[in-house]
Amino acid sequence: MMDPVETHDVVVIGGGPAGLAAALGARRAGAGKVLLVERDRTLGGILNQCVHDGFGLFLYKETISGPEYAERLVEDLVREPIKVETGAMVLDLTPDRVLRINSRSGYRLVQAGAVVLAMGCRERTREMIEIPGTRPAGVFTAGSAQNLVNLQNLRIGNEAVILGSGDIGLIMARRLTFEGVTVRGVFEILSWASGLERNVRQCLMDFGIPLELRSTVVEIRGRDRVESVVVARVDDKLMPIPGTESVIPCDTLLLSVGLIPENELSKRAGVELSPFTGGAIVDQGLMTSVAGVFSCGNVLHIHDVADWASYEGFAAGESAARYAAGERVAGGTVRISPGLNIKYALPQLLTAGTAGAEWSFRTMRPIRNTQVIVKGKTTGKVYARKKFGRLLPSELQKIKVRPAVEEDLEVSCHD
Amino acid sequence: MSAKKNGVYDVIVIGGGAVGCAVLRELSRCDLKLLLLEREADLAEGISKGNSGVIHAGFNVPAGSLKAKTNVAGLGMIYGLAGELGVPHRKTGKLVVALADEDRSRLEELKAEGDKSGVPDLEIVDEAAIRHLEPLARGRWALYSPHTGIISPYELTVALAECAWQNGAEVLLEAPVEAVVFRDGCFRLSTPKGTFAARRVVNSAGLFSDDVARLAGIDDYRIFPYRGEYLITDKDCGLRLGLPVYPVPPRDDPGLGIHITPTLEGNIILGPSVEPVDDKRDAASTRIVMARLKAEAARLMPELSRVSFIHSYAGIRPKLVDPSGKDRFGDFIVEESVLRPGWINLVGIESPGLTAAPAIAEMVAGMIGVRMDLRWKPDFNPVRPRRTRFAHLGDDERAERVARDADSGEMVCRCEHVTRAEVVAALRNPFGARAMDAVKRRTRCGMGRCQGGFCTPRIVEILQDEGLPADRITKRGGGSRLFFGRLKG
Repeated sequence: MMDPVETHDVVVIGGGPAGLAAALGARRAGAGKVLLVERDRTLGGILNQCVHDGFGLFLYKETISGPEYAERLVEDLVREPIKVETGAMVLDLTPDRVLRINSRSGYRLVQAGAVVLAMGCRERTREMIEIPGTRPAGVFTAGSAQNLVNLQNLRIGNEAVILGSGDIGLIMARRLTFEGVTVRGVFEILSWASGLERNVRQCLMDFGIPLELRSTVVEIRGRDRVESVVVARVDDKLMPIPGTESVIPCDTLLLSVGLIPENELSKRAGVELSPFTGGAIVDQGLMTSVAGVFSCGNVLHIHDVADWASYEGFAAGESAARYAAGERVAGGTVRISPGLNIKYALPQLLTAGTAGAEWSFRTMRPIRNTQVIVKGKTTGKVYARKKFGRLLPSELQKIKVRPAVEEDLEVSCHD
Repeated sequence: MSAKKNGVYDVIVIGGGAVGCAVLRELSRCDLKLLLLEREADLAEGISKGNSGVIHAGFNVPAGSLKAKTNVAGLGMIYGLAGELGVPHRKTGKLVVALADEDRSRLEELKAEGDKSGVPDLEIVDEAAIRHLEPLARGRWALYSPHTGIISPYELTVALAECAWQNGAEVLLEAPVEAVVFRDGCFRLSTPKGTFAARRVVNSAGLFSDDVARLAGIDDYRIFPYRGEYLITDKDCGLRLGLPVYPVPPRDDPGLGIHITPTLEGNIILGPSVEPVDDKRDAASTRIVMARLKAEAARLMPELSRVSFIHSYAGIRPKLVDPSGKDRFGDFIVEESVLRPGWINLVGIESPGLTAAPAIAEMVAGMIGVRMDLRWKPDFNPVRPRRTRFAHLGDDERAERVARDADSGEMVCRCEHVTRAEVVAALRNPFGARAMDAVKRRTRCGMGRCQGGFCTPRIVEILQDEGLPADRITKRGGGSRLFFGRLKG
């Protein structure tokens, strides 16, 4: 093995909304040498292909496009003495924080005092949801289609069906309609939309694009290019109901069927992952099970709003800087687990005695007029209680616990 | 020599699958003017891409059959061949497992058949030995075949063709033979890319070998397509399978049973089904079979019920067995037409055709040698240099490669760690195969867990940099276009 050729206090992997913020956060918290590694040629990550509005509402108090949002973070970044490397991919990360980085300027090993994971996520594929049928051209994940359409100006089809109502799929339904592509409909297997409500309204309803709930694509047809898809309604177990099939002629199928945190590098470093989020298990400082390795943004858990990914980035960057400076926090011993109707609550670990901690959480299904309770698992004591008029699985929510916590907690939500 | 001047080929091979390419490479040892015509946009687009990638030892076919003879002979050749051609392969051994004591007799039948055919070193082993050979496998008894192996079938096919090309053979893609005329001692084959004349023709058209023979007036064969569906796991599915594990072959099934096979990269392949289909190109996956594959595989290896699959695919077997008839076995046909001397038909070359390919190629060369004076070329080069993937290199070699060529520093595929240099090299293949699937098979771009989500937009850019307009980018040639022009922007 080669020896690392250089050392940095904090290395941030990924230059999207979380990674950019993490590099800034690291500087704010006093890190001297910060390196940001981005595999694309430009900073911004997926923001660059999100030419629609709706970013920055929380961070900048106004709504701007994805590229504009990235530009603002980059403006702050270039004022700092942060070393930025684009077109560079981290191929490996060891538990003692040695990174293998490849770029056109060379292949080398780098030693980091602390690492922030901000690699984002990837899209679930046709194969992961096992759609039977042929394998023609014209089946795209919504994000790849967004790249081809928005960054490469390519016409990906003439008549499209969209499977899944994730945000990117909804945004692409509108985008394709603008470009003269007929969108035959959006089909969602669940009985609610996976994307944000504002996107359902602004991207589908405003354009008369039908959203069919409780239905899915059961077959793809066409030898060379997609010729049609067969859709069917599903039962309560999400299985297609025989006899409800209908054939929809189209030449394009877009899939917006979920995002998966991209933790290949985290796994290589030995980071423990949560089955509920698909991302790392972290403490209140966003440190993973591997000391000195922090996680934020979509690689930690899937966000619906970029701003939240950035907030997490700032926090992870600050923690990383403190770790690199030698500051050590007592390990998280208090476990927070998801209870009734809760998909996950994050962070999963807390240092005993911490007061004023805040959790992000998501529900399993839409629930109206409800309250979320944080309860001690040993004593049954209620640490926090918050009322919600409506909770949607698409929206990440927060709850704060003011008292100091000494026991394991459970977050639950009752009808 | 005069043949070369007037553009008449000595031999035209129809079909760029493993067998056709093996024949082409074998003939390229001799001083012959050679051409291979392939109907699809790349080699290995038919049977050769949709199989288990197993180097068979030869005990699954009846002793005395041509299948058994060419399989056993091919086994003796293929490891050396793969080495010469730099094709990744591994001698893994194989287990055929009997889950119950009463199935032991079936294993003994297989062993007896194999012994009769001269398959080396077959052995019946017990439960403890099974565990020792493959900790993931279950079974009371197993037939252990130490010389079985795995290979990438499409890499072998491409390498055979590239080696033949290095030695002077020509290959033409997207050139389906549409008509055959015999005139002046030559076969004239019409394709959309022109008409080509040859004194000898080898029909290695796989699923379409019966149709191609018919074009030459030979109405002797009928291919019945049997689909085989597969599922393939993520490399990081948590299970490391060391060797192929097969069930005792079902008696009433014309296949080998649904088995589990490792790939060289660490995935696990599950399949195939055996389904007679009407259409020779109907390689669709079906919901029912996908569920059945999982159930069957879980019987052989319960751990498989918990893993996720990243891809499904299907291949079509070119069987000579009528699904409505009683026969369950059809032998390979390798014969020169009596009606059309000089025209050699290779028909029904299904499993174990991949292993048998080099032996069939020798047979065909022998048949051609009977009628023609074959002169060995002194400068024939059997070697095609191995190209080690960037992902498999150590640190120092990676650093060297990037220092030499900056394109090696640009990662195109995040899952399989493929560089721009590798994609560009694949696109500059000697046959002009530039479809997305051609890049995929040569580089592994898109074979990882994101299934091309990341690399597709990047390869689309590189294809355009390499001079292919966006409108001509296809998945696998023909009408499989990806784009319909540019947006107004």
